[in-house]
Amino acid sequence: MTVEFGSTIAPELNGKVLALDALLRDNPPAGLIETVPTYRSLTLQFDPTVLDYEALIRRLEEATRDLQPQSATGTRWRVPVVYGGEYGIDLEDVAQLHGLTPSQLIEIHTSAVYRIYMIGFLPGFAYLGGLDPRIATSRRTQPRLKVPSGSIMIGGEQAGIVPMEMPSGWHLLGRTPVLSYAPEREPAFLFAAGDEIVFEPMDASRWDDLEMAALAGAPVAERVSA
Amino acid sequence: MTNLVVQSCGPMTSLQDWGRIGYQGFGVSPSGAMDRRCLAMANALVGNAPETAAIEFMNLGGSFTCNDGEISVALAGAGCTASINDAPVEPNTTMVLREGDVLKVGHARAGTFAYLAVAGGFLIEPQLGSLSYHPRSRLGGLKGAPVKAGDRLPCGPGAQQVAPMHLPLDPLEENGPIRVIMGPQDDYFTQDAICTFLNAEFTISPQADRMGFQLNGPQLEHAKGFNIVSDGIVDGHIQVPGSGLPIVLMRDRQTAGGYPKIATIISADLARFAQMRPGTALRFRAVSRDEAVAAARQMKDWIDALPSALVPLRFDLTTEHLLSTNLIGGMVDALSPKASDHTP
Repeated sequence: MTVEFGSTIAPELNGKVLALDALLRDNPPAGLIETVPTYRSLTLQFDPTVLDYEALIRRLEEATRDLQPQSATGTRWRVPVVYGGEYGIDLEDVAQLHGLTPSQLIEIHTSAVYRIYMIGFLPGFAYLGGLDPRIATSRRTQPRLKVPSGSIMIGGEQAGIVPMEMPSGWHLLGRTPVLSYAPEREPAFLFAAGDEIVFEPMDASRWDDLEMAALAGAPVAERVSA
Repeated sequence: MTNLVVQSCGPMTSLQDWGRIGYQGFGVSPSGAMDRRCLAMANALVGNAPETAAIEFMNLGGSFTCNDGEISVALAGAGCTASINDAPVEPNTTMVLREGDVLKVGHARAGTFAYLAVAGGFLIEPQLGSLSYHPRSRLGGLKGAPVKAGDRLPCGPGAQQVAPMHLPLDPLEENGPIRVIMGPQDDYFTQDAICTFLNAEFTISPQADRMGFQLNGPQLEHAKGFNIVSDGIVDGHIQVPGSGLPIVLMRDRQTAGGYPKIATIISADLARFAQMRPGTALRFRAVSRDEAVAAARQMKDWIDALPSALVPLRFDLTTEHLLSTNLIGGMVDALSPKASDHTP
């Protein structure tokens, strides 16, 4: 069953999705198998032989009646990024497209606070909202078959952090050594839906050290207070 | 410790259990056995719980030995045959594999997916709660890898202490339209498209794997475009991208997607659908939620009743004797025109 709160991408809608998800997680009805929060809806998988459909509907109606949007989880991550060059091969083109210098583009990209609307498509792929509309950039006409893990991308009004090599038509501004997904690490996932992300430029000379630390299981991203 | 040693197998051979539950919110596909009925049958024959991880074969079989002791194993699904040291073994029976024996599993003859279970299960550390192998997540199996030649799979305690049994059932004999519940986005399609979907014949295309089955057939027309803001996906969702040709999303699917979903295959019919080979023709039939729940309950009861359906197997029974008592029934794929070729 999917509870739809709307059909657009907006913080209030997503806030309600996450609020309902948290409510069900804290007090799950018997027979609820798992929940999948997305931008605008919460998909519930349940065993209909244990959890009666009508009973679930009643429970959800009750839960959503006075639902207050969850603003954020309170966890904010500072993610170091090497911008441009081989780390972000589209930085100059995107800057030029918007009539900006690369450093102006970096300044705009790093001064926003991004919210993780959902994690999906691939393990740990974080869909971020909060991109400054001045640098919103329509997707590439020809998607790339391979985008390296850790890429910091923008596509349309969305932004993302790539958890592993994947195909994508988004623009690559930079790259972080942070691994948002590492199956052997505990926890395997760094970020959760509702977390916030801020980007901080780092020097390419630190890449090797931080990459090695990340591969050894360090988060590398830093928890900061909101 | 006793190991099941893999001598050879097809490229799509993997460990699968009931699936990885609880991580879809982090983008991790649930994966798990494509046909839970056959996984449960193989497990019942070696005294395991139905959801215990087993080796899943896709089309191709393989050959296996064991070291340090003996193990009870069982094979079920897809009309696969088995032999030990080249002597054929009756289908759906418990087999004992001793050190030096070679177990050969034949290719699929009436379906796609078969399961080889070992008594006591595999002694492998689950990843995120499951042994199910999922390629893109690099999770499950032996350290995030498929089953491959040279693997030594450690078997659980009690691997050899199982009374040999036979299971006189064949779920692959079922047929009839695949039952669906309409939606969640059937309103994105024209009335004609809905009508076509429920009345036309579709066939399974060669693009069918653990992620999804592409169908061939008439194109389904969207009424208001084919882009939706991504929402959650469940097993059996039938999404229709711009091409108008439906794709049924299976166990290794992504967790969220942006194409409208015209209907959803009910859970009780998903395993039957998964066993349909490329070229198989099928139709869909819309059912009520009540009918879907009743079918799910029936499936659950069928799986729960498997241990009580076991018949003790005596080793002095010959092949001829077993066939004459008609315990086994034909391994028939009712939808394959060559089904009669496969009847013992």
